[in-house]
Amino acid sequence: MPRFESIDHLREYRRQLMAKRDANQPQVLVCAGPGCLPMGSEEVAAAFREELEKNGLAAKVVLKECGCHGLCAGAVRVLIRPQEITYQHVTSEDVPEIVEKTLKEGQVVDRLVYEDLHTQEKAAYKKDIPFFKGQMPIVLRKLDIIDPTSLDDYLALGGYRGLRKALMEMKPDDIIDAIDHSGLRGRGGGGFPTGRKWRICQEVEDEPKFIICNGDEGDPGAFMDRAVMEGDPHAVLEGMIIGAFAIGASKGYIYVRHEYPLAVSRLQLAIEQARESGFLGKNILRSGFDFDIKISRGAGAFVCGEETALIHSMEGNIGEPSPRPPYPAQSGLFGKPTVINNVETWANVPEIINLGADWFANIGTEKSKGTKVFSLVGAVNQTGLVEVPMGTTLRQIVYDLGGGLRQDREFKAVQTGGPSGGCIPAQFLDLPVDYDSLQSVGSIMGSGGMIVMDTSSCMVDVARYFINFLYQESCGKCTPCREGLKQILFILDEIIHGRGQEEHLGLMEELCNAMSAASICGLGKSAVNPIRSTIKYFREEYLAHIRDKKCHALVCRPLLKYTVDPETCTGCLACVRECPVGAISGKKKMAQEIDQELCVKCGLCYEACQFEAVKIE
Amino acid sequence: MDLPRLETILSRYEGESADLIPVLQDIQDAYSYLPKEELHVVSERLQVPLTQIYSVATFFKMFSLIPKGKHQIKVCTGTTCHLKGSHRVAESLSHRLGVEVGYTTKDMQFSLDTVGCLGSCAQAPVMMVDDKYFGRTTVDKVPKILKLYK
Ligand SMILES: Cc1cc2nc3c(=O)[nH]c(=O)nc-3n(C[C@H](O)[C@H](O)[C@H](O)COP(=O)(O)O)c2cc1C
Ligand code: SF4
Ligand code: SF4
Ligand code: FES
Ligand code: FES
Repeated sequence: MPRFESIDHLREYRRQLMAKRDANQPQVLVCAGPGCLPMGSEEVAAAFREELEKNGLAAKVVLKECGCHGLCAGAVRVLIRPQEITYQHVTSEDVPEIVEKTLKEGQVVDRLVYEDLHTQEKAAYKKDIPFFKGQMPIVLRKLDIIDPTSLDDYLALGGYRGLRKALMEMKPDDIIDAIDHSGLRGRGGGGFPTGRKWRICQEVEDEPKFIICNGDEGDPGAFMDRAVMEGDPHAVLEGMIIGAFAIGASKGYIYVRHEYPLAVSRLQLAIEQARESGFLGKNILRSGFDFDIKISRGAGAFVCGEETALIHSMEGNIGEPSPRPPYPAQSGLFGKPTVINNVETWANVPEIINLGADWFANIGTEKSKGTKVFSLVGAVNQTGLVEVPMGTTLRQIVYDLGGGLRQDREFKAVQTGGPSGGCIPAQFLDLPVDYDSLQSVGSIMGSGGMIVMDTSSCMVDVARYFINFLYQESCGKCTPCREGLKQILFILDEIIHGRGQEEHLGLMEELCNAMSAASICGLGKSAVNPIRSTIKYFREEYLAHIRDKKCHALVCRPLLKYTVDPETCTGCLACVRECPVGAISGKKKMAQEIDQELCVKCGLCYEACQFEAVKIE
Repeated sequence: MDLPRLETILSRYEGESADLIPVLQDIQDAYSYLPKEELHVVSERLQVPLTQIYSVATFFKMFSLIPKGKHQIKVCTGTTCHLKGSHRVAESLSHRLGVEVGYTTKDMQFSLDTVGCLGSCAQAPVMMVDDKYFGRTTVDKVPKILKLYK
């Protein structure tokens, strides 16, 4: 990789790169994204390497391990270009056939292609699959085609063009105007206008200034930031360099969650490549502008995703939030003006500069511009990452892209916004999704986790889950959050144990009011959303637990009873081996019985039984 | 105390108080816990009072003041995994290893912990052993996974 001494040099290099690359060269793109990695991406890639070698194709066919291909439900996914044939559920055993049939003979391996669950229609090409048709990828555009460890790949797809334009054709003010005009809002949860944040920071007369990329992604159920950091790390860097130039920052940091080791190594490599090629460091592209980026690893605390807590932990302190104002843009890291934006926000910046603010502002709704990446997970058929224009309805996301619910179960709710979000019931399925509409139904956009729930989920359990999560993660600095969460958790436990009273619902709402009014940070303020939304939309379920002592979804442990059906039990003893308390007894090959006194209702026997002989009621 | 080992870690940093967390992270990674004597040295070098080191070490989940096992098992209890029954996976592991969540087996082979979300939610329930992810880990897969490390 050369060090780019000028814009012309970069342009010339890109031209030569394009000339060298043959658009028709066969490529095998194995997904090694967050959804495929645990299902064996590495084995599949290794099998391809070996098989291509064996067939003398190693020089002719390009093999890459890429970021998320979107439809993670079909892990491990493989994309064959230039035809754009996409295979799913690929294992290393399928590889010889793919090499033989597709790469050598140009045919499709039918059994590995997408099949519509309802019509049974098969689709081999990406363009024919409904999941991909309804999307508008901007942030995710490059994820399934580039090798995240190759700067050449990024450059070949127009990478660092935004930076070139920013440095050569624009003044810092023009850049901020463009971001402002594009209508880009923060993708990390709050939805604060990005251009306005940059302007505030730019106008503060203090030096040095800092840039931070928030890659803490603490919301459980959300993995879009991980996918972008691992799959297209240079896009994040490019956005940050442009932002730094606009506000006059000299140093940047990327704060990455402790649980994302691969994101750390991918970003680290990208930073080194960018330094070598002159996109980072002194005198970037000979423009006179100096800027460098360092990675800061998180240490495992949800509250550190909150910007002031994050900054405190980067200073070497515990991650307790502090009241705002002052905002970080005025006084942030080491008391200096600091712009902190989310991963996806940064990844949008190069494209906005490159294609123009008007282009971006034309996408989306009146007050929420552009696209949003959602991690669509839970009870839908097609789990994965989707990127849609703001204003797409929940129904389109859940049914058209997500392919509806698993086993055609009934939709109960979609949970958005992480632990501080709310549960949205079926009556709002036609809601166009943007920052403001989600808020109007008692939830929030959050970072983009979208967890679909069917009738097998209990909303009281869901509320307890989030409150317990937040109780564990509350930093304890302010009383309403610390004590409020504790009391709400106590009440929910009473309800789940069949000791609930109807007054409890009003009491929880009262506690919510105090917490949202008086907590210091967003954790405590919005911790009320899961409670308020479930009480409002699923009151009946609370009442069933309170009045009838029943959990109809069969989730709340203390209200359940496990029994063995003597008719179906084969006496295989799988459940006996699993039971932690020795509550199951009976002779081998005979029906087993559960001692209700001993049973702790863990459900392990239920899951262990291959014959569905264990029943819950 | 193995001073040269600690020196290698300290030499990567400029010795400022803001380096505290990265230094502790490197020690945790290298030693699998934060040994007391080492923390005394860190306190001197970075000019950070021991009390602050302890407050940081106990605030963040990744730090441990007692040694962790050779293999670290993390079961995801994030929302998606919770809904798909990840607590049963944790319970099964706990039962099979004979250790409570949050603790280490007597032979120092395994530490068992639960975490918020591992970012592979599409394959819930998810667990991790050291740096390797396992997807769709139902209870019946637990023995097979453990076998890989025994
Ligand atoms: C409890 C809490 C947790 C948060 N976690 C994250 C997070 O994991 N990632 C993130 O980008 N923003 C998170 N935020 C929002 C940040 O405070 C901040 O608003 C955001 O990083 C700003 O970037 P944006 O304007 O690009 O969204 C969190 C906020 C709160 C209150
Ligand atoms: S609201 Fe909760 S998390 Fe936020 S500062 Fe207060 S105690 Fe800490
Ligand atoms: S639910 Fe758990 S404790 Fe009860 S019988 Fe089954 S395995 Fe044993
Ligand atoms: S990670 Fe492979 S498709 Fe999402
Ligand atoms: S919720 Fe378990 S991996 Fe995200």
